[in-house]
Amino acid sequence: MAIEVPVEHVLLVAAALFLLGLLGVLVRRNIIFLLMSLEVMMNSAGLAFIAAGAKWGAPDGQIMFMLILALAAAEVAVALGLVLQISRRFDTLDVDAASELNG
Amino acid sequence: MTLDLALFWIPALVALASTLLVITRKNAAHALIYLVVSLLSVAVIFFVLGAPFAAALEVVIYAGAIVVLFLFVVMMLNLGNTSVMRESRWLRPGMWVAPAILVSVLLITMVYVIVGLPDANVTKGEMVGPKAVGNELFRPYLLAVELAGFLLLAALIGAYHLGRRYLEQRREP
Repeated sequence: MAIEVPVEHVLLVAAALFLLGLLGVLVRRNIIFLLMSLEVMMNSAGLAFIAAGAKWGAPDGQIMFMLILALAAAEVAVALGLVLQISRRFDTLDVDAASELNG
Repeated sequence: MTLDLALFWIPALVALASTLLVITRKNAAHALIYLVVSLLSVAVIFFVLGAPFAAALEVVIYAGAIVVLFLFVVMMLNLGNTSVMRESRWLRPGMWVAPAILVSVLLITMVYVIVGLPDANVTKGEMVGPKAVGNELFRPYLLAVELAGFLLLAALIGAYHLGRRYLEQRREP
């Protein structure tokens, strides 16, 4: 059994979650918290897709969510490797430490 | 209708509150636990909206695999009390003001647009089960599945490369 909710409410929650994630990305300097905020943002995009799928009773929204899930998993795997490298080379988790473009 | 709205808004409020706690915590492990709460409540929303397969994937992959990956890295980096103190040095309360204002301007704009949608859109209230999703996924969306496979393979190789060099450098001294 599923319920009937106005799509506007779901979209509002998705927008609020996305903007909370954006606020985290803007404010935090610790790279681990930046990545967590990115996860929250991608999750809210998935919520918007699920809401659209529920509006039409179609499976396409869930498929888009699964693609977002694959993207998030790939992103997090590579980004955490980068976190290990940054903490090894600069001995800090500050993103500003890695602002210079030379190897 | 009010019961339906409550069923949706209770997990939604839990998700919003725990996400707010995620972005304000100073200890990374605590933030991760709140992230799990946030992801689980979003999974409840998915279930309530009639997407049980997406809800299961959210629990297994997001709250399970991805957060565990984060936890492994937090444990490897050995973040203790010094990192919490450094975090409070980086995170002065005044730093929140300007980004919060900018983000609330965006939120007000989006609320205005979403509330002003012309006709009332209500979700259908029917479950779309795994069978329908699988039928659609492996027929019209087959190319997207293959591309996602390529992306995951590239991520696997990239993560292996980055992590392997980290381990070798560590063994040297």
